[in-house]
Amino acid sequence: MIIGTITNGIVIDHIPAGKGMEIFRYLDLEHVEYEVALIKNAVSEKMGKKDILKISEVIDLNYEMLGYIDPNITVNIIKNGERVQKIRPQLPETITNVIKCKNPRCITSSEPELKHIFKLTDREKGVYRCLYCDSFAK
Amino acid sequence: MRSVIDIVDLTAAEIDGLIATAEDIIANPAKYSEKCRGKKLATLFFEPSTRTRLSFEAAMYELGGNVLGFASADSSSATKGETVPDTVRVVGCYADIIAMRHPKEGAPLAASMYSPVPIINAGDGGHSHPTQTLADLLTIKREKGRLSDLTVGFCGDLKFGRTVHSLVKALLRYEGIKLVFISPDELRVPDYIRDELESAGADWLETASLEQAMPELDILYMTRVQKERFFNEADYIRLKDSYILTADKMALGKSDMCVLHPLPRVNEIPMEIDEDSRACYFKQVKNGKYMRMALILKLLEVE
Ligand SMILES: [Zn+2]
Repeated sequence: MIIGTITNGIVIDHIPAGKGMEIFRYLDLEHVEYEVALIKNAVSEKMGKKDILKISEVIDLNYEMLGYIDPNITVNIIKNGERVQKIRPQLPETITNVIKCKNPRCITSSEPELKHIFKLTDREKGVYRCLYCDSFAK
Repeated sequence: MRSVIDIVDLTAAEIDGLIATAEDIIANPAKYSEKCRGKKLATLFFEPSTRTRLSFEAAMYELGGNVLGFASADSSSATKGETVPDTVRVVGCYADIIAMRHPKEGAPLAASMYSPVPIINAGDGGHSHPTQTLADLLTIKREKGRLSDLTVGFCGDLKFGRTVHSLVKALLRYEGIKLVFISPDELRVPDYIRDELESAGADWLETASLEQAMPELDILYMTRVQKERFFNEADYIRLKDSYILTADKMALGKSDMCVLHPLPRVNEIPMEIDEDSRACYFKQVKNGKYMRMALILKLLEVE
């Protein structure tokens, strides 16, 4: 399968296989006008299979969200056919409005307009807990 | 501007400072009787807790301040669907400091993110209750003269007992603390507390027998064992007596041991124990008021 290279835009690479669609949805790419390609299950030497997302526009990315999905994701910024920047999102200290707390006794369950904030409590294991009630992120 | 939502929002040094203030209040109450003149405390209790509310109100009155607020959600705007952030933004226009009790976990934290005045968490569901822990710490300090080099036993419901979790977190910051967790299998300390004990390198052990643990304890922290925590009535009946503090069990304890309980009690401490000089739970109530006074002074930055 051949997908054309992009001249200007973003290539999000090394997405764990199956997570590409999740990022596609978070970035709300469904209704955009510019070219977007989601490649699923691409062969990867390192990962076996991976997903790749190519976006022909330099849009604002939520690196918190990308880092939370997988800190091994790489983001390549392409200008005039050349990669001008390679960014590896870190596991963020906090993530805001990416996931929701599942604890029914949590204040965010009865007041959903509050910011849904999770904090990193164990960087090694990538553990996040709700800022409000300390429940673990699922 | 500071709020206190969890006991670890205060450093060990700050807690020592609050204890020093509380001890000075006990020694010289007159010196403090006008400190909060013209200041108002709002007690926003979205669920009733008469004893905690009265403790906060008494604390503010003894500092010469005034009190406003509500005692349950029915008498507040919460029933009309007002959010916590809106409630505190409005109340913050009238009051200088807010003590909030809420059935939902994290509500006081949410409040503190929007409030123009300091928030004190007066209990949020099963989550946190830092001023209870301050009362516990002052009681231990006054009874034992120290907060280090103590063997502290926790007995009863250690799974859901938030006062236990909070006091454990606070004690882990002091030297020479040994923790003994005494509970039925069903009500053992939760995993996240276990993780914290491990990562703090704490000296701790678990046992199902209060009798066995008793002789080495300097402090015995009793909690309610509630029927609804058990899967079936038979287990409850089988186990409940093991965690009742009878005179026989008290006889196994050190002569200078100190018994604490966050109250209200049900039947885990029979009234006959009240006469024992080691029963400190009513002193603990009084100490709670003094620590709330010290905390209000600190958060209002009153000299
Ligand atoms: Zn939560």
